[in-house]
Amino acid sequence: MLQKTPLNRLHRELGARMVEFGGWDMPVQYRGVIDEHLAVRNAAGLFDVSHMGEIEVRGPGALALIQELTVNDASLLVNGQVQYSAFCYPHGGTVDDVTLYRFDTEHFMFCVNASNSDKDFAWMEEVLEEGDFEGVSIRNLSADFAQLALQGPAADAILGRLTDTDLGGISYYHFFEGLVAGTPAIISRTGYTGEAGFELYFTPGAAEEIWTSLLEVGAEDGLAPVGLGARDTLRLEMKYALYGHELSSEISPLEAGLGWIVKLDKDGFIGREALLRQRREGLSRKLVGLVLTEPGVPRAEYPVFAAGKEVGIVTSGTMSPSLRVGIGLALVDIEQAGVGTPLEVGIRQRRVSARVVKTPFIRK
Amino acid sequence: MEFPEELKYTEEHEWAFIEDDLVVVGITDFAQDALGDVVFVELPEIGTMVEAGKPFGVVESVKAVSDIYAPVSGEVVEVNEELSDSPEMINTSPYEDAWLVKIKVNEPGEINDLMDAEAYQAFVEEEGGD
Repeated sequence: MLQKTPLNRLHRELGARMVEFGGWDMPVQYRGVIDEHLAVRNAAGLFDVSHMGEIEVRGPGALALIQELTVNDASLLVNGQVQYSAFCYPHGGTVDDVTLYRFDTEHFMFCVNASNSDKDFAWMEEVLEEGDFEGVSIRNLSADFAQLALQGPAADAILGRLTDTDLGGISYYHFFEGLVAGTPAIISRTGYTGEAGFELYFTPGAAEEIWTSLLEVGAEDGLAPVGLGARDTLRLEMKYALYGHELSSEISPLEAGLGWIVKLDKDGFIGREALLRQRREGLSRKLVGLVLTEPGVPRAEYPVFAAGKEVGIVTSGTMSPSLRVGIGLALVDIEQAGVGTPLEVGIRQRRVSARVVKTPFIRK
Repeated sequence: MEFPEELKYTEEHEWAFIEDDLVVVGITDFAQDALGDVVFVELPEIGTMVEAGKPFGVVESVKAVSDIYAPVSGEVVEVNEELSDSPEMINTSPYEDAWLVKIKVNEPGEINDLMDAEAYQAFVEEEGGD
């Protein structure tokens, strides 16, 4: 039995093509992936991301638990701030990439990937149980939140019609607890597209009303509902990692190019020794962006070659709707990771020429 | 959803049409709709021999790669060059502008083994179009 978000009926009414994702029945497209992708880049798009998980951490001991669990330094956060981070295994592989919200010194929340919701909560419970933590409790609140993402150049203008909160006062990677269409909501200036916009968290009972109201007030700016298909092409163009592709239990944040969220001088977090060793010894493989220089579309699991030798694997790929060329992310041997390195992607019987490029693929 | 009367159809959602002494081949409206935005087409070279029921090329959407199966056996004598620049024609004009290949068939009668428009439409409706 697939899980359904509170908007399932509305997606079907809009004629969405539905697909299974992480155990959820989700819209992959409405009008078409390319249309929806371009709508986000040029106007605005509305995503149902209610399948994502939310896990609360409370108590005077909250920060201590979070610091043990995560690679980034949560002590840098102030109230109302958000931080991109990750949980790692002792061997350095990744449990999940997450965003961390600080409400107060004793109140935090993680937003986690839908496919890892249960796994992450179980992991946190295990760490909590086996460790020496006091004064901290965790709660899986995923069922208590609906979540929407409103992304695109017109996002501020559109949301501004449904809230009195001063959106201009919320800076990037910060949030405010306000009202959207009269419903209390966490208004977070974050997103997974590279465009300006928000992620909104609120009670599931208000989901249909907020979704419908946003589409109504956003119509004049060209706001379109957007499915998981375009969510993927948008994040790919920005070189944002997708767990299960660029990150996994076998791929560390350092290998995935996320060294900037790994604070190796933070004491004693899970995976620190392994990551220190990786940093010290130097990576043997690294995530790069590549562009095909011949017609074709790179896709996950296609092999990557240099001078006829297999040197890596594509982790994600697509035809970029913005650039109209095949783009991909690939884990390749460190010697082939330099920008400009000529590579080949194995696509069925062909070896298709490609080149390592700077990322993100588009300028934002 | 369109099912032109004059065409023949396969269960893999290709259409075939006799034009002079060649068979023109494409994919159906149902197929392009199921695929979504087509972004790339891989077709055989002129001179390639194709076999009925076997894959001879690929149509790629943003999300997926789909094999195309030859409706009849023979030699590929013409390939639609416009599809490399404009693969999206498959979405906008699957029966006219976006023909894929033209085949010189071994057996002129082989095309009669395929479904006619009514049979294909019934087949598609039974398959449970979503």
